[in-house]
Amino acid sequence: MNASLFALALMDGVSYAALLFLVALGLTLIFGVMRILNIAHGSLYAWGGYFAATLGLLITRFELSPLLALPALVVAALLMGGLLGTVLEFALLRRILDKDPILQLLVTFAAFMVLEDLQRMIWGVQPVFVSDVVSQLGTLSVAGVTYTRYQLLVLPSMAVLAFFGLRWFLGRTALGRQVTAVTHHREVATAMGVNTGRVTWLTISVGCALGALGGALASPTTSFTPGIGAEMMVLSFAVVATGGLGQIGGAALAALMIGLARSFAIYLLPELEVLVPYLIMVGVLLIRPEGLFSTVATRRI
Amino acid sequence: MRLRLLIGALALAVLVLGLSFPWLKTPLLLALANGLAVAGVIVLIRAGQVSFGNAMFACLAGYGAAFMARAWQLDALLLIGLSAVLAALAGAVIGLFIVRYRGIFFGMLNLALSMVLFSVLGKFGAVTGGTDGLRFDRPTLGFVHLEREGFETALLVLALAMAIVAGWLVQRYFASISGQALAAIKTNETRLEYLGISARRVFWGGYVLAATLCGLGGSLFALAQGLVTPEMGYWVRSGELVFIAILGGSGHALGAFIGAFVFEFMKLYAAALLTGAWQLVMGLVLLAMVFLAPKGVFGMIERRLRSGRNA
Repeated sequence: MNASLFALALMDGVSYAALLFLVALGLTLIFGVMRILNIAHGSLYAWGGYFAATLGLLITRFELSPLLALPALVVAALLMGGLLGTVLEFALLRRILDKDPILQLLVTFAAFMVLEDLQRMIWGVQPVFVSDVVSQLGTLSVAGVTYTRYQLLVLPSMAVLAFFGLRWFLGRTALGRQVTAVTHHREVATAMGVNTGRVTWLTISVGCALGALGGALASPTTSFTPGIGAEMMVLSFAVVATGGLGQIGGAALAALMIGLARSFAIYLLPELEVLVPYLIMVGVLLIRPEGLFSTVATRRI
Repeated sequence: MRLRLLIGALALAVLVLGLSFPWLKTPLLLALANGLAVAGVIVLIRAGQVSFGNAMFACLAGYGAAFMARAWQLDALLLIGLSAVLAALAGAVIGLFIVRYRGIFFGMLNLALSMVLFSVLGKFGAVTGGTDGLRFDRPTLGFVHLEREGFETALLVLALAMAIVAGWLVQRYFASISGQALAAIKTNETRLEYLGISARRVFWGGYVLAATLCGLGGSLFALAQGLVTPEMGYWVRSGELVFIAILGGSGHALGAFIGAFVFEFMKLYAAALLTGAWQLVMGLVLLAMVFLAPKGVFGMIERRLRSGRNA
């Protein structure tokens, strides 16, 4: 493997890890407040991506300013994530808090099945792919490799922004501290006067919006087909479980590990590409059964 | 007593339907195969654990049967037996380390392993036939060459017998010391350890049983279709198995089969009436079950049986 191929794999890995991290962050956030692994989260990724592509097509059709393309991705994610998150929370998640954990998991699985079919009805089965943003932003040469600015600059900076933004929000704002309190202990937080219902709704919407953002940002470089949600679901599971459930830092590290390992596998051992995330997850869990970053006593967020 | 009558009536209904309407044979057969796998899932649910990867054992057994059928042209009975042994062995090995995990980590590790199998089967096409899967010729059954019709009928009878025996065994297991200890993993594992019973060993036994049942289901499924594909082990398939368990009711092995029949026929009708929307229908039914009848169809039947006895 020569230097330029190495650089290429590195850049592929980082931009992929950025997307993976955004999706996994949403999942881990929702797990934190609800103690439910939201199986429908992969659908959020798919819906965010499809909706962003639709907006992209509209921008081209009505000949709006191409400068709108990048903000449109973020707007698409926020709209879709907020909307679906609110529907999920009001219709389902808030009603199952006292149910058996298996049933809780199954409810989100049911939501996944429903969303999967609705998505097929709305956007069909043809691959959807709108890459105007990528070509607008142009390319950049680093270490002898030409790479798109979009993947090299936009995606990682979005992920970094989300990481620090969320840490600031959870640690420094009153509302964020309330979210932390609910993750820590729901009942005590309620007793202390935290409006648990509102906090839960907010967290789920933010989590869903992050999942949708991952999809929206992936839409210019990935062609969206049915089944992509199910695929992303297991990948983000792998990231979250490897990093430790509810651990933001863990999710970041695990996303980077899995993203890089996958892109190097593509160049070195292409047959193993799909296997790599799972092998990493199994390997980590065998040594640290609760994931990389969690210890029994740590605060989970 | 009433339960036995019910099981007898159901078994008879399956036979009569299968023999009088030939087009029903395949769905019934697939439902029985699914039911066997779901019975395995119910064993795990008894311990309060849900695996999103149990279809891997069905997939493994199916591929085992396909490879053996292609390589050695074995008899169908041998294929079922050997591939179930294969699934049991795989379950025993995986079980060695997976019984240390509980809850979401248990589910996720199973899911990861099943995805490893799924990806390997899809990627190494030269050996496994890739995503198109492996086809194999109809084997002999009981060393008798049968035409398609006869083969399916014989397989249906065999599957029914296997389902009854497996259901009985699972219920026996639940009533045994190991089975009671398995249920205690759900309620209070620490107390179980205080009684001097190793929770991990008990759970290992349950895991191997679950793997074997899934393997039996998978080999029947493969024989019924004459085709195995990696899709058999996809995580959504494992999710479906858990779904069927909840639909039928996880309190009794019979629930697995009731659930599997309801699932198969819902799929059949939803696919015919609402093309491309059967997952949607399934999802809505699942939601309705969780909120209205969390104990599944079997739970409703059981209540009916109980109230009948009191009257």
